[in-house]
Amino acid sequence: MTIPDPRPETRRFEVGHSASIGASKSAEPVFDIDDLSVTYGDFRAVEGITLDIQPSEITAFIGPSGCGKTTVLRCFNRMNDLIESASVEGSIRYHGVNLYGPRIDPVEVRRRMGMVFQKPNPFPKSIYDNIAFGPRVAGHKGNLDDLVEESLTRAALWDEVSGKLAEPALALSGGQQQRLCIARAIATSPDVVLMDEPCSALDPIATLKIEELMLELKKDYTIVIVTHNMQQAARVSDRTAFFTVDVRAEGVRTGRLVEFDDTGVIFTNPREQSTEDYITGRFG
Amino acid sequence: MNASAISAAPEAVGRALSQHRRDVRGSLFRVVLLGSLLVAIGILVTLMVDIVARSLPVWGDRGVVDLISTEISADPARAGIWQAFYGSLILMVFTAAIAFPLGIGAAIYLEEYARDTRTTRIINANIRNLAGVPSIVYGLLGLAIFVKLLGGLTGPSVEGRSIISGGLTLGILVLPIVIITTAEALRAVPSSIREGAIGVGATPWQTIRHHVLPIAAPGIFTGTILSLGRAFGEAAPLLLVGGITTFFSTGDAGFIEVLQGRFSAMPVLVFSWARLPQAEFKALTAALIVIMLIVLLLINATAIYLRNRFEKGVTS
Ligand SMILES: Nc1ncnc2c1ncn2[C@@H]1O[C@H](COP(=O)(O)OP(=O)(O)O)[C@@H](O)[C@H]1O
Ligand SMILES: [Mg+2]
Repeated sequence: MTIPDPRPETRRFEVGHSASIGASKSAEPVFDIDDLSVTYGDFRAVEGITLDIQPSEITAFIGPSGCGKTTVLRCFNRMNDLIESASVEGSIRYHGVNLYGPRIDPVEVRRRMGMVFQKPNPFPKSIYDNIAFGPRVAGHKGNLDDLVEESLTRAALWDEVSGKLAEPALALSGGQQQRLCIARAIATSPDVVLMDEPCSALDPIATLKIEELMLELKKDYTIVIVTHNMQQAARVSDRTAFFTVDVRAEGVRTGRLVEFDDTGVIFTNPREQSTEDYITGRFG
Repeated sequence: MNASAISAAPEAVGRALSQHRRDVRGSLFRVVLLGSLLVAIGILVTLMVDIVARSLPVWGDRGVVDLISTEISADPARAGIWQAFYGSLILMVFTAAIAFPLGIGAAIYLEEYARDTRTTRIINANIRNLAGVPSIVYGLLGLAIFVKLLGGLTGPSVEGRSIISGGLTLGILVLPIVIITTAEALRAVPSSIREGAIGVGATPWQTIRHHVLPIAAPGIFTGTILSLGRAFGEAAPLLLVGGITTFFSTGDAGFIEVLQGRFSAMPVLVFSWARLPQAEFKALTAALIVIMLIVLLLINATAIYLRNRFEKGVTS
Protein backbone atom coordinates (compact mmCIF):
# COMPACT_ATOMS: atom_id res chain seq x y z
CA MET A 1 0.00 0.00 0.00
CA THR A 2 1.06 3.54 -0.53
CA ILE A 3 0.48 4.86 2.98
CA PRO A 4 3.83 5.54 4.60
CA ASP A 5 4.50 4.05 7.98
CA PRO A 6 6.63 6.57 9.85
CA ARG A 7 6.89 4.32 12.88
CA PRO A 8 10.26 2.63 13.12
CA GLU A 9 9.97 -1.12 12.62
CA THR A 10 10.62 -1.77 16.30
CA ARG A 11 7.77 0.43 17.41
CA ARG A 12 5.01 -0.96 15.27
CA PHE A 13 3.80 -3.16 18.06
CA GLU A 14 5.43 -1.71 21.01
CA VAL A 15 4.62 1.23 23.13
CA GLY A 16 7.13 2.75 25.42
CA HIS A 17 9.87 4.61 23.67
CA SER A 18 10.05 7.85 21.88
CA ALA A 19 9.22 8.38 18.25
CA SER A 20 12.13 9.52 16.21
CA ILE A 21 10.27 12.38 14.59
CA GLY A 22 11.51 15.84 15.49
CA ALA A 23 9.23 18.32 17.18
CA SER A 24 10.17 21.54 15.50
CA LYS A 25 7.69 23.23 13.20
CA SER A 26 10.05 23.13 10.30
CA ALA A 27 9.69 19.36 10.28
CA GLU A 28 7.51 17.77 7.68
CA PRO A 29 3.89 17.98 8.92
CA VAL A 30 1.99 14.82 9.83
CA PHE A 31 -1.15 16.14 8.21
CA ASP A 32 -1.27 18.79 5.56
CA ILE A 33 -4.86 19.86 4.99
CA ASP A 34 -5.63 22.04 2.04
CA ASP A 35 -8.99 23.66 1.26
CA LEU A 36 -10.96 20.86 2.91
CA SER A 37 -14.75 20.95 2.65
CA VAL A 38 -17.20 18.35 3.93
CA THR A 39 -20.76 18.00 2.72
CA TYR A 40 -23.54 15.88 4.25
CA GLY A 41 -25.96 15.30 1.39
CA ASP A 42 -26.72 18.85 0.21
CA PHE A 43 -25.57 20.42 3.46
CA ARG A 44 -22.09 21.89 3.44
CA ALA A 45 -20.91 21.50 7.05
CA VAL A 46 -17.41 22.97 6.76
CA GLU A 47 -15.67 24.84 4.00
CA GLY A 48 -12.18 25.83 2.98
CA ILE A 49 -10.18 24.45 5.91
CA THR A 50 -6.43 24.76 5.48
CA LEU A 51 -4.09 23.78 8.28
CA ASP A 52 -1.21 21.48 9.15
CA ILE A 53 -0.59 19.18 12.10
CA GLN A 54 2.98 18.96 13.36
CA PRO A 55 4.52 15.80 14.82
CA SER A 56 4.68 15.30 18.58
CA GLU A 57 2.51 18.29 19.24
CA ILE A 58 -0.95 18.65 20.66
CA THR A 59 -3.19 20.55 18.30
CA ALA A 60 -6.52 21.69 19.73
CA PHE A 61 -9.69 22.45 17.78
CA ILE A 62 -11.97 24.88 19.56
CA GLY A 63 -15.10 26.74 18.52
CA PRO A 64 -18.85 26.89 19.13
CA SER A 65 -20.82 23.69 18.79
CA GLY A 66 -21.84 22.81 15.24
CA CYS A 67 -18.87 24.53 13.63
CA GLY A 68 -17.54 21.26 12.26
CA LYS A 69 -14.70 20.31 14.62
CA THR A 70 -15.82 16.70 14.82
CA THR A 71 -16.46 16.61 11.10
CA VAL A 72 -12.90 17.73 10.31
CA LEU A 73 -11.36 15.38 12.88
CA ARG A 74 -13.21 12.41 11.43
CA CYS A 75 -11.68 13.10 8.02
CA PHE A 76 -8.21 12.41 9.44
CA ASN A 77 -8.82 8.67 9.86
CA ARG A 78 -11.58 8.43 7.26
CA MET A 79 -14.19 7.79 9.92
CA ASN A 80 -16.57 9.85 7.78
CA ASP A 81 -16.64 6.89 5.42
CA LEU A 82 -19.15 5.37 7.84
CA ILE A 83 -21.59 8.19 7.14
CA GLU A 84 -23.07 7.51 3.75
CA SER A 85 -24.12 11.05 2.98
CA ALA A 86 -20.72 12.56 3.80
CA SER A 87 -18.44 13.61 0.96
CA VAL A 88 -15.04 15.23 1.24
CA GLU A 89 -13.41 17.76 -1.09
CA GLY A 90 -9.95 19.25 -0.98
CA SER A 91 -6.94 17.30 0.19
CA ILE A 92 -5.66 15.76 3.39
CA ARG A 93 -2.10 14.64 3.04
CA TYR A 94 -0.68 12.31 5.65
CA HIS A 95 3.12 12.36 5.44
CA GLY A 96 2.63 13.55 1.89
CA VAL A 97 0.11 10.92 0.82
CA ASN A 98 -3.43 11.94 -0.16
CA LEU A 99 -5.64 10.02 2.31
CA TYR A 100 -8.60 10.25 -0.02
CA GLY A 101 -6.61 9.01 -2.99
CA PRO A 102 -8.12 6.22 -5.07
CA ARG A 103 -5.91 3.36 -3.88
CA ILE A 104 -5.93 4.11 -0.15
CA ASP A 105 -7.31 1.41 2.16
CA PRO A 106 -9.14 3.15 5.02
CA VAL A 107 -8.47 0.20 7.34
CA GLU A 108 -4.73 0.72 6.91
CA VAL A 109 -5.21 4.44 7.60
CA ARG A 110 -7.08 3.75 10.85
CA ARG A 111 -4.40 1.36 12.08
CA ARG A 112 -2.00 4.30 12.11
CA MET A 113 -4.39 6.53 14.03
CA GLY A 114 -6.00 5.85 17.37
CA MET A 115 -9.34 7.50 18.03
CA VAL A 116 -10.95 8.44 21.33
CA PHE A 117 -14.59 9.41 21.26
CA GLN A 118 -16.70 11.93 23.12
CA LYS A 119 -18.58 9.32 25.11
CA PRO A 120 -16.41 6.47 26.44
CA ASN A 121 -17.32 3.48 24.27
CA PRO A 122 -15.54 0.40 25.60
CA PHE A 123 -16.62 -2.89 24.05
CA PRO A 124 -18.95 -4.90 26.29
CA LYS A 125 -16.14 -7.37 26.90
CA SER A 126 -13.37 -7.81 29.42
CA ILE A 127 -10.80 -5.09 30.08
CA TYR A 128 -8.15 -7.32 28.53
CA ASP A 129 -10.13 -7.98 25.37
CA ASN A 130 -10.81 -4.29 24.91
CA ILE A 131 -7.10 -3.61 24.61
CA ALA A 132 -6.20 -6.82 22.78
CA PHE A 133 -8.77 -6.45 20.00
CA GLY A 134 -6.90 -3.88 17.89
CA PRO A 135 -3.53 -5.68 17.95
CA ARG A 136 -5.28 -8.99 17.27
CA VAL A 137 -7.04 -7.80 14.14
CA ALA A 138 -3.81 -6.18 12.98
CA GLY A 139 -2.13 -9.59 13.25
CA HIS A 140 0.00 -8.91 16.31
CA LYS A 141 2.53 -11.68 16.77
CA GLY A 142 4.30 -10.82 20.03
CA ASN A 143 3.22 -11.23 23.62
CA LEU A 144 -0.28 -9.83 24.02
CA ASP A 145 -0.17 -9.83 27.83
CA ASP A 146 2.84 -7.53 27.81
CA LEU A 147 1.23 -5.27 25.24
CA VAL A 148 -1.95 -5.02 27.31
CA GLU A 149 0.06 -4.16 30.41
CA GLU A 150 2.13 -1.55 28.59
CA SER A 151 -0.87 0.10 27.01
CA LEU A 152 -2.73 0.27 30.32
CA THR A 153 0.36 1.60 32.04
CA ARG A 154 0.79 4.32 29.43
CA ALA A 155 -2.87 5.24 29.87
CA ALA A 156 -2.31 5.54 33.65
CA LEU A 157 -4.85 2.82 34.34
CA TRP A 158 -2.72 -0.21 35.09
CA ASP A 159 -2.56 0.31 38.85
CA GLU A 160 -6.33 0.47 39.07
CA VAL A 161 -7.15 -2.57 36.94
CA SER A 162 -4.13 -4.88 37.06
CA GLY A 163 -5.93 -7.38 39.27
CA LYS A 164 -9.15 -7.51 37.29
CA LEU A 165 -8.27 -7.71 33.63
CA ALA A 166 -10.93 -10.36 33.06
CA GLU A 167 -13.70 -8.23 34.48
CA PRO A 168 -16.15 -6.43 32.23
CA ALA A 169 -14.95 -3.03 31.03
CA LEU A 170 -18.41 -1.61 31.56
CA ALA A 171 -18.00 -2.04 35.31
CA LEU A 172 -15.35 0.71 35.36
CA SER A 173 -16.16 4.34 36.18
CA GLY A 174 -16.59 6.86 33.37
CA GLY A 175 -13.10 8.29 33.76
CA GLN A 176 -11.57 4.82 33.90
CA GLN A 177 -13.54 3.80 30.82
CA GLN A 178 -12.17 6.79 28.91
CA ARG A 179 -8.61 5.95 29.94
CA LEU A 180 -9.33 2.39 28.83
CA CYS A 181 -10.39 3.80 25.46
CA ILE A 182 -7.13 5.73 25.31
CA ALA A 183 -5.21 2.55 26.14
CA ARG A 184 -7.16 0.78 23.41
CA ALA A 185 -6.29 3.56 20.96
CA ILE A 186 -2.54 3.35 21.65
CA ALA A 187 -2.38 -0.45 21.82
CA THR A 188 -2.02 -0.63 18.05
CA SER A 189 1.03 1.67 18.29
CA PRO A 190 -0.46 4.43 16.21
CA ASP A 191 1.36 7.46 14.88
CA VAL A 192 -1.46 9.84 15.75
CA VAL A 193 -4.12 9.94 18.45
CA LEU A 194 -7.36 11.74 17.58
CA MET A 195 -9.54 12.77 20.51
CA ASP A 196 -13.03 14.17 20.16
CA GLU A 197 -13.99 16.01 23.37
CA PRO A 198 -12.57 13.14 25.44
CA CYS A 199 -13.42 14.78 28.75
CA SER A 200 -16.88 16.13 28.08
CA ALA A 201 -18.54 13.25 29.93
CA LEU A 202 -16.10 13.28 32.84
CA ASP A 203 -15.83 14.97 36.22
CA PRO A 204 -13.03 17.50 36.88
CA ILE A 205 -10.70 15.04 38.58
CA ALA A 206 -10.99 12.49 35.78
CA THR A 207 -10.51 15.35 33.32
CA LEU A 208 -7.29 16.38 35.02
CA LYS A 209 -6.00 12.82 34.84
CA ILE A 210 -6.68 12.67 31.12
CA GLU A 211 -4.98 16.02 30.56
CA GLU A 212 -1.85 14.83 32.37
CA LEU A 213 -2.00 11.73 30.26
CA MET A 214 -2.16 13.75 27.05
CA LEU A 215 0.95 15.71 27.99
CA GLU A 216 2.69 12.42 28.72
CA LEU A 217 1.56 10.81 25.45
CA LYS A 218 2.59 13.79 23.39
CA LYS A 219 6.21 12.65 23.70
CA ASP A 220 5.44 9.70 21.49
CA TYR A 221 2.34 10.59 19.56
CA THR A 222 0.98 13.41 17.52
CA ILE A 223 -2.30 14.39 19.15
CA VAL A 224 -5.27 16.26 17.80
CA ILE A 225 -7.94 17.09 20.34
CA VAL A 226 -11.35 18.65 19.91
CA THR A 227 -12.49 20.43 23.03
CA HIS A 228 -15.24 22.81 24.05
CA ASN A 229 -13.24 23.63 27.15
CA MET A 230 -10.98 26.60 26.43
CA GLN A 231 -8.96 26.25 29.61
CA GLN A 232 -8.23 22.72 28.52
CA ALA A 233 -7.00 23.89 25.13
CA ALA A 234 -4.85 26.53 26.84
CA ARG A 235 -3.46 24.00 29.35
CA VAL A 236 -2.52 21.16 27.05
CA SER A 237 -2.18 22.27 23.46
CA ASP A 238 0.79 23.63 21.54
CA ARG A 239 -1.27 25.05 18.73
CA THR A 240 -4.93 25.93 18.55
CA ALA A 241 -7.32 26.15 15.64
CA PHE A 242 -10.37 28.31 16.22
CA PHE A 243 -13.42 27.43 14.12
CA THR A 244 -16.63 29.33 13.83
CA VAL A 245 -19.90 28.93 12.03
CA ASP A 246 -21.29 31.41 9.52
CA VAL A 247 -25.05 31.61 9.32
CA ARG A 248 -26.13 32.66 5.89
CA ALA A 249 -29.41 34.37 5.03
CA GLU A 250 -31.21 31.11 4.19
CA GLY A 251 -30.31 29.79 7.63
CA VAL A 252 -27.58 27.50 6.27
CA ARG A 253 -24.76 27.12 8.79
CA THR A 254 -21.31 26.48 7.45
CA GLY A 255 -18.23 26.08 9.59
CA ARG A 256 -14.88 27.62 8.74
CA LEU A 257 -11.46 28.03 10.26
CA VAL A 258 -10.95 31.53 11.63
CA GLU A 259 -7.48 31.41 13.03
CA PHE A 260 -4.76 28.85 13.59
CA ASP A 261 -1.66 29.67 15.57
CA ASP A 262 0.44 28.86 18.62
CA THR A 263 -1.84 28.42 21.59
CA GLY A 264 -0.13 31.29 23.38
CA VAL A 265 -0.88 33.65 20.53
CA ILE A 266 -4.51 32.53 20.19
CA PHE A 267 -5.17 33.05 23.88
CA THR A 268 -3.24 36.26 24.47
CA ASN A 269 -2.95 38.08 21.22
CA PRO A 270 -5.34 36.75 18.57
CA ARG A 271 -5.39 38.37 15.17
CA GLU A 272 -9.14 38.17 14.67
CA GLN A 273 -11.74 40.01 16.70
CA SER A 274 -14.08 36.98 16.64
CA THR A 275 -11.37 34.80 18.18
CA GLU A 276 -10.90 37.26 20.98
CA ASP A 277 -14.66 37.49 21.55
CA TYR A 278 -14.90 33.73 21.80
CA ILE A 279 -11.86 33.36 24.07
CA THR A 280 -13.10 36.04 26.43
CA GLY A 281 -16.57 34.55 26.51
CA ARG A 282 -18.38 37.34 24.70
CA PHE A 283 -19.59 34.91 22.07
CA GLY A 284 -20.93 31.35 21.61
CA MET B 1 -47.54 32.68 40.01
CA ASN B 2 -45.32 35.14 41.78
CA ALA B 3 -42.37 33.46 43.46
CA SER B 4 -42.71 35.57 46.59
CA ALA B 5 -46.22 34.20 47.06
CA ILE B 6 -44.77 30.82 48.09
CA SER B 7 -44.44 30.89 51.84
CA ALA B 8 -41.41 29.36 53.46
CA ALA B 9 -43.01 28.98 56.88
CA PRO B 10 -42.68 25.33 57.97
CA GLU B 11 -46.43 24.81 58.62
CA ALA B 12 -47.29 26.34 55.27
CA VAL B 13 -44.75 24.18 53.45
CA GLY B 14 -46.06 21.11 55.24
CA ARG B 15 -49.63 21.91 54.30
CA ALA B 16 -48.72 22.58 50.69
CA LEU B 17 -46.75 19.37 50.31
CA SER B 18 -49.38 17.14 51.89
CA GLN B 19 -52.23 18.42 49.77
CA HIS B 20 -53.68 15.48 47.93
CA ARG B 21 -54.60 16.36 44.39
CA ARG B 22 -57.31 14.22 42.91
CA ASP B 23 -56.17 13.19 39.47
CA VAL B 24 -59.48 11.87 38.11
CA ARG B 25 -58.38 11.34 34.52
CA GLY B 26 -55.19 9.63 35.59
CA SER B 27 -57.06 7.19 37.82
CA LEU B 28 -59.63 6.52 35.14
CA PHE B 29 -56.93 5.79 32.58
CA ARG B 30 -55.27 3.42 34.99
CA VAL B 31 -58.51 1.50 35.52
CA VAL B 32 -59.06 1.23 31.75
CA LEU B 33 -55.52 -0.13 31.25
CA LEU B 34 -55.92 -2.67 34.04
CA GLY B 35 -59.29 -3.66 32.53
CA SER B 36 -57.68 -4.33 29.13
CA LEU B 37 -55.07 -6.51 30.76
CA LEU B 38 -57.65 -8.49 32.73
CA VAL B 39 -59.84 -9.08 29.65
CA ALA B 40 -56.83 -10.34 27.67
CA ILE B 41 -55.72 -12.67 30.46
CA GLY B 42 -59.30 -13.77 31.04
CA ILE B 43 -59.77 -14.86 27.44
CA LEU B 44 -56.49 -16.73 27.46
CA VAL B 45 -57.24 -18.56 30.70
CA THR B 46 -60.76 -19.46 29.53
CA LEU B 47 -59.36 -20.96 26.34
CA MET B 48 -56.75 -22.99 28.19
CA VAL B 49 -59.15 -24.27 30.83
CA ASP B 50 -61.71 -25.15 28.16
CA ILE B 51 -59.19 -27.11 26.07
CA VAL B 52 -57.76 -28.95 29.05
CA ALA B 53 -61.25 -29.78 30.30
CA ARG B 54 -62.26 -31.18 26.93
CA SER B 55 -59.14 -33.31 26.76
CA LEU B 56 -59.72 -34.87 30.20
CA PRO B 57 -61.55 -38.02 28.91
CA VAL B 58 -58.41 -38.93 26.94
CA TRP B 59 -55.96 -38.65 29.83
CA GLY B 60 -58.16 -41.06 31.83
CA ASP B 61 -56.70 -44.08 30.09
CA ARG B 62 -53.85 -42.74 27.93
CA GLY B 63 -50.75 -40.68 28.57
CA VAL B 64 -48.94 -38.07 26.47
CA VAL B 65 -46.21 -40.53 25.51
CA ASP B 66 -48.78 -43.14 24.49
CA LEU B 67 -50.57 -40.64 22.23
CA ILE B 68 -47.38 -39.45 20.64
CA SER B 69 -46.00 -42.91 19.99
CA THR B 70 -49.22 -44.38 18.56
CA GLU B 71 -49.89 -44.12 14.86
CA ILE B 72 -52.82 -42.30 13.29
CA SER B 73 -55.96 -44.42 12.98
CA ALA B 74 -59.63 -44.06 12.05
CA ASP B 75 -60.56 -45.91 15.26
CA PRO B 76 -60.61 -43.38 18.08
CA ALA B 77 -59.77 -45.99 20.70
CA ARG B 78 -56.49 -46.80 18.94
CA ALA B 79 -55.72 -43.45 17.30
CA GLY B 80 -52.47 -41.61 18.08
CA ILE B 81 -50.56 -38.75 16.55
CA TRP B 82 -47.19 -40.31 15.75
CA GLN B 83 -46.97 -39.37 12.03
CA ALA B 84 -48.14 -35.83 12.77
CA PHE B 85 -45.73 -35.36 15.67
CA TYR B 86 -42.82 -36.74 13.73
CA GLY B 87 -43.83 -34.71 10.65
CA SER B 88 -44.00 -31.47 12.60
CA LEU B 89 -40.60 -32.17 14.12
CA ILE B 90 -38.91 -32.71 10.75
CA LEU B 91 -40.76 -29.73 9.30
CA MET B 92 -39.35 -27.52 12.06
CA VAL B 93 -35.81 -28.71 11.46
CA PHE B 94 -36.25 -28.13 7.75
CA THR B 95 -37.76 -24.70 8.29
CA ALA B 96 -34.93 -23.67 10.60
CA ALA B 97 -32.30 -25.02 8.22
CA ILE B 98 -33.69 -22.88 5.41
CA ALA B 99 -34.96 -19.74 7.10
CA PHE B 100 -32.22 -19.17 9.71
CA PRO B 101 -29.12 -18.97 7.53
CA LEU B 102 -30.90 -17.23 4.65
CA GLY B 103 -32.79 -14.81 6.87
CA ILE B 104 -29.89 -13.93 9.18
CA GLY B 105 -27.56 -13.56 6.20
CA ALA B 106 -29.99 -11.32 4.35
CA ALA B 107 -30.52 -9.17 7.42
CA ILE B 108 -26.78 -8.74 8.04
CA TYR B 109 -26.31 -7.70 4.44
CA LEU B 110 -29.21 -5.24 4.53
CA GLU B 111 -28.23 -3.68 7.85
CA GLU B 112 -24.44 -3.74 7.77
CA TYR B 113 -23.40 -3.64 4.13
CA ALA B 114 -26.13 -2.35 1.82
CA ARG B 115 -26.05 1.36 1.16
CA ASP B 116 -29.18 3.30 2.00
CA THR B 117 -30.52 3.67 -1.52
CA ARG B 118 -34.02 3.71 -2.98
CA THR B 119 -33.65 0.07 -3.92
CA THR B 120 -32.68 -0.90 -0.37
CA ARG B 121 -35.67 0.97 1.01
CA ILE B 122 -38.04 -0.68 -1.45
CA ILE B 123 -36.64 -4.10 -0.52
CA ASN B 124 -37.01 -3.36 3.18
CA ALA B 125 -40.59 -2.18 2.78
CA ASN B 126 -41.46 -5.28 0.79
CA ILE B 127 -39.98 -7.62 3.36
CA ARG B 128 -42.27 -5.99 5.90
CA ASN B 129 -45.22 -6.49 3.59
CA LEU B 130 -44.28 -10.13 3.03
CA ALA B 131 -44.36 -10.75 6.77
CA GLY B 132 -48.02 -9.72 6.70
CA VAL B 133 -49.06 -11.86 3.75
CA PRO B 134 -51.65 -14.50 4.81
CA SER B 135 -50.11 -17.92 5.19
CA ILE B 136 -52.51 -19.46 2.69
CA VAL B 137 -50.83 -17.38 -0.01
CA TYR B 138 -47.51 -19.03 0.87
CA GLY B 139 -49.36 -22.33 0.57
CA LEU B 140 -50.44 -21.45 -2.97
CA LEU B 141 -46.86 -20.46 -3.79
CA GLY B 142 -45.56 -23.73 -2.40
CA LEU B 143 -48.21 -25.65 -4.36
CA ALA B 144 -47.27 -23.94 -7.62
CA ILE B 145 -43.51 -24.16 -7.24
CA PHE B 146 -42.45 -27.00 -4.94
CA VAL B 147 -45.34 -29.38 -5.65
CA LYS B 148 -46.22 -28.75 -9.29
CA LEU B 149 -43.06 -27.34 -10.85
CA LEU B 150 -40.38 -29.15 -8.85
CA GLY B 151 -42.43 -32.22 -7.87
CA GLY B 152 -39.94 -34.49 -9.63
CA LEU B 153 -37.30 -33.42 -7.13
CA THR B 154 -39.27 -32.76 -3.97
CA GLY B 155 -41.31 -35.98 -4.05
CA PRO B 156 -41.19 -38.07 -7.24
CA SER B 157 -43.42 -40.86 -5.91
CA VAL B 158 -46.02 -38.66 -4.20
CA GLU B 159 -46.53 -36.01 -6.92
CA GLY B 160 -44.44 -33.51 -5.00
CA ARG B 161 -46.72 -33.55 -1.94
CA SER B 162 -43.78 -34.33 0.32
CA ILE B 163 -42.24 -33.17 3.57
CA ILE B 164 -39.62 -31.30 1.51
CA SER B 165 -42.34 -29.21 -0.15
CA GLY B 166 -43.91 -28.55 3.26
CA GLY B 167 -40.59 -27.58 4.84
CA LEU B 168 -39.63 -25.28 1.98
CA THR B 169 -43.03 -23.60 2.12
CA LEU B 170 -42.81 -23.01 5.88
CA GLY B 171 -39.20 -21.86 5.51
CA ILE B 172 -40.24 -19.17 3.05
CA LEU B 173 -43.21 -18.31 5.23
CA VAL B 174 -41.04 -17.39 8.22
CA LEU B 175 -38.16 -15.94 6.19
CA PRO B 176 -39.46 -12.34 6.33
CA ILE B 177 -40.02 -12.63 10.08
CA VAL B 178 -36.48 -13.90 10.60
CA ILE B 179 -35.07 -11.07 8.48
CA ILE B 180 -37.07 -8.42 10.32
CA THR B 181 -36.26 -9.61 13.85
CA THR B 182 -32.58 -10.05 13.00
CA ALA B 183 -32.43 -6.60 11.43
CA GLU B 184 -34.04 -5.12 14.52
CA ALA B 185 -31.52 -6.84 16.78
CA LEU B 186 -28.67 -5.51 14.64
CA ARG B 187 -30.10 -2.01 14.63
CA ALA B 188 -30.21 -2.08 18.43
CA VAL B 189 -26.40 -2.42 18.60
CA PRO B 190 -25.12 1.09 19.42
CA SER B 191 -23.17 2.67 16.57
CA SER B 192 -20.54 3.77 19.11
CA ILE B 193 -19.46 0.12 19.34
CA ARG B 194 -19.05 -0.10 15.57
CA GLU B 195 -17.07 3.16 15.61
CA GLY B 196 -14.84 1.88 18.39
CA ALA B 197 -13.98 -1.24 16.45
CA ILE B 198 -13.56 0.50 13.08
CA GLY B 199 -11.49 3.13 14.89
CA VAL B 200 -8.84 0.65 16.02
CA GLY B 201 -8.49 -0.62 12.47
CA ALA B 202 -10.95 -3.50 12.28
CA THR B 203 -12.43 -4.36 8.90
CA PRO B 204 -16.23 -4.27 8.57
CA TRP B 205 -16.36 -8.06 8.80
CA GLN B 206 -14.15 -8.14 11.94
CA THR B 207 -16.39 -5.51 13.48
CA ILE B 208 -19.52 -7.52 12.72
CA ARG B 209 -18.03 -10.85 13.73
CA HIS B 210 -16.46 -9.78 17.03
CA HIS B 211 -18.73 -7.00 18.24
CA VAL B 212 -22.02 -6.57 16.41
CA LEU B 213 -23.11 -10.21 16.20
CA PRO B 214 -22.26 -11.13 19.82
CA ILE B 215 -24.28 -8.16 21.05
CA ALA B 216 -27.17 -8.86 18.69
CA ALA B 217 -27.13 -12.64 19.26
CA PRO B 218 -29.67 -12.78 22.11
CA GLY B 219 -32.17 -10.80 20.05
CA ILE B 220 -31.49 -12.82 16.93
CA PHE B 221 -31.95 -16.12 18.73
CA THR B 222 -35.15 -15.11 20.45
CA GLY B 223 -36.65 -13.70 17.28
CA THR B 224 -35.76 -16.60 15.06
CA ILE B 225 -36.86 -19.28 17.49
CA LEU B 226 -40.15 -17.55 18.13
CA SER B 227 -40.68 -17.50 14.37
CA LEU B 228 -40.41 -21.30 14.48
CA GLY B 229 -43.38 -21.26 16.82
CA ARG B 230 -45.32 -19.51 14.10
CA ALA B 231 -44.36 -22.15 11.54
CA PHE B 232 -45.24 -24.91 13.99
CA GLY B 233 -48.85 -23.74 14.27
CA GLU B 234 -49.58 -23.26 10.56
CA ALA B 235 -52.15 -25.63 9.03
CA ALA B 236 -53.36 -23.82 5.91
CA PRO B 237 -50.18 -23.85 3.78
CA LEU B 238 -49.51 -27.48 4.68
CA LEU B 239 -53.03 -28.49 3.63
CA LEU B 240 -52.32 -26.96 0.24
CA VAL B 241 -48.96 -28.65 -0.28
CA GLY B 242 -50.33 -32.03 0.69
CA GLY B 243 -50.26 -32.69 4.42
CA ILE B 244 -52.43 -35.77 5.02
CA THR B 245 -54.09 -37.21 8.09
CA THR B 246 -55.00 -40.75 7.13
CA PHE B 247 -52.80 -43.64 8.12
CA PHE B 248 -49.56 -43.99 6.26
CA SER B 249 -46.42 -45.85 7.09
CA THR B 250 -43.26 -44.05 8.14
CA GLY B 251 -41.78 -47.56 8.04
CA ASP B 252 -38.07 -47.99 7.78
CA ALA B 253 -37.49 -45.94 4.66
CA GLY B 254 -34.15 -44.13 4.27
CA PHE B 255 -33.79 -40.51 5.28
CA ILE B 256 -34.15 -39.13 1.74
CA GLU B 257 -37.20 -41.31 1.08
CA VAL B 258 -38.79 -40.05 4.28
CA LEU B 259 -38.18 -36.47 3.19
CA GLN B 260 -39.57 -37.17 -0.27
CA GLY B 261 -42.52 -39.12 1.09
CA ARG B 262 -45.99 -38.13 2.20
CA PHE B 263 -46.33 -36.35 5.50
CA SER B 264 -48.62 -35.16 8.21
CA ALA B 265 -48.30 -32.41 10.81
CA MET B 266 -49.97 -31.63 14.11
CA PRO B 267 -51.99 -28.56 13.05
CA VAL B 268 -53.20 -30.44 9.97
CA LEU B 269 -54.34 -33.31 12.18
CA VAL B 270 -56.18 -30.86 14.44
CA PHE B 271 -57.99 -29.49 11.40
CA SER B 272 -58.95 -32.96 10.28
CA TRP B 273 -59.97 -34.46 13.65
CA ALA B 274 -62.00 -31.43 14.66
CA ARG B 275 -64.40 -32.16 11.81
CA LEU B 276 -64.98 -35.82 12.68
CA PRO B 277 -68.41 -36.62 14.17
CA GLN B 278 -67.37 -39.01 16.98
CA ALA B 279 -67.27 -37.53 20.49
CA GLU B 280 -64.04 -39.45 21.19
CA PHE B 281 -62.31 -37.49 18.42
CA LYS B 282 -63.44 -34.21 19.95
CA ALA B 283 -61.59 -35.18 23.11
CA LEU B 284 -58.61 -36.40 21.09
CA THR B 285 -58.50 -33.08 19.25
CA ALA B 286 -58.35 -31.26 22.56
CA ALA B 287 -55.59 -33.57 23.77
CA LEU B 288 -53.66 -32.92 20.56
CA ILE B 289 -53.98 -29.19 21.10
CA VAL B 290 -52.69 -29.56 24.65
CA ILE B 291 -49.64 -31.38 23.30
CA MET B 292 -49.11 -28.61 20.73
CA LEU B 293 -49.26 -26.04 23.51
CA ILE B 294 -46.64 -27.97 25.45
CA VAL B 295 -44.35 -28.06 22.40
CA LEU B 296 -44.82 -24.32 21.86
CA LEU B 297 -43.98 -23.70 25.49
CA LEU B 298 -40.80 -25.73 25.07
CA ILE B 299 -39.86 -23.70 21.97
CA ASN B 300 -40.36 -20.44 23.84
CA ALA B 301 -38.46 -21.72 26.85
CA THR B 302 -35.54 -22.59 24.58
CA ALA B 303 -35.59 -19.05 23.20
CA ILE B 304 -35.51 -17.56 26.68
CA TYR B 305 -32.76 -19.94 27.80
CA LEU B 306 -30.57 -19.09 24.81
CA ARG B 307 -31.16 -15.38 25.26
CA ASN B 308 -30.08 -15.49 28.90
CA ARG B 309 -27.04 -17.56 28.07
CA PHE B 310 -25.85 -15.23 25.35
CA GLU B 311 -26.61 -12.11 27.32
CA LYS B 312 -24.34 -13.41 30.05
CA GLY B 313 -21.66 -14.10 27.48
CA VAL B 314 -21.77 -10.49 26.33
CA THR B 315 -21.56 -8.64 29.60
CA SER B 316 -18.92 -10.75 31.28
N1 LIG C 1 -24.00 12.60 10.15
C1 LIG C 1 -24.37 13.86 9.87
N2 LIG C 1 -25.32 14.10 8.93
C2 LIG C 1 -25.72 15.35 8.65
N3 LIG C 1 -25.24 16.44 9.24
C3 LIG C 1 -24.29 16.28 10.19
C4 LIG C 1 -23.81 14.98 10.55
N4 LIG C 1 -22.86 15.12 11.52
C5 LIG C 1 -22.77 16.45 11.74
N5 LIG C 1 -23.61 17.14 10.95
C6 LIG C 1 -23.76 18.59 10.89
O1 LIG C 1 -22.53 19.17 10.56
C7 LIG C 1 -22.31 20.34 11.31
C8 LIG C 1 -21.01 20.21 12.08
O2 LIG C 1 -21.16 19.22 13.05
P1 LIG C 1 -19.97 18.74 13.98
O3 LIG C 1 -18.81 18.43 13.14
O4 LIG C 1 -20.49 17.63 14.83
O5 LIG C 1 -19.71 20.03 14.84
P2 LIG C 1 -18.92 20.20 16.23
O6 LIG C 1 -18.19 18.95 16.50
O7 LIG C 1 -18.05 21.37 16.01
O8 LIG C 1 -19.96 20.50 17.26
C9 LIG C 1 -23.51 20.52 12.23
O9 LIG C 1 -24.39 21.45 11.62
C10 LIG C 1 -24.13 19.16 12.25
O10 LIG C 1 -25.52 19.25 12.39
MG1 LIG D 1 -18.36 17.59 18.09
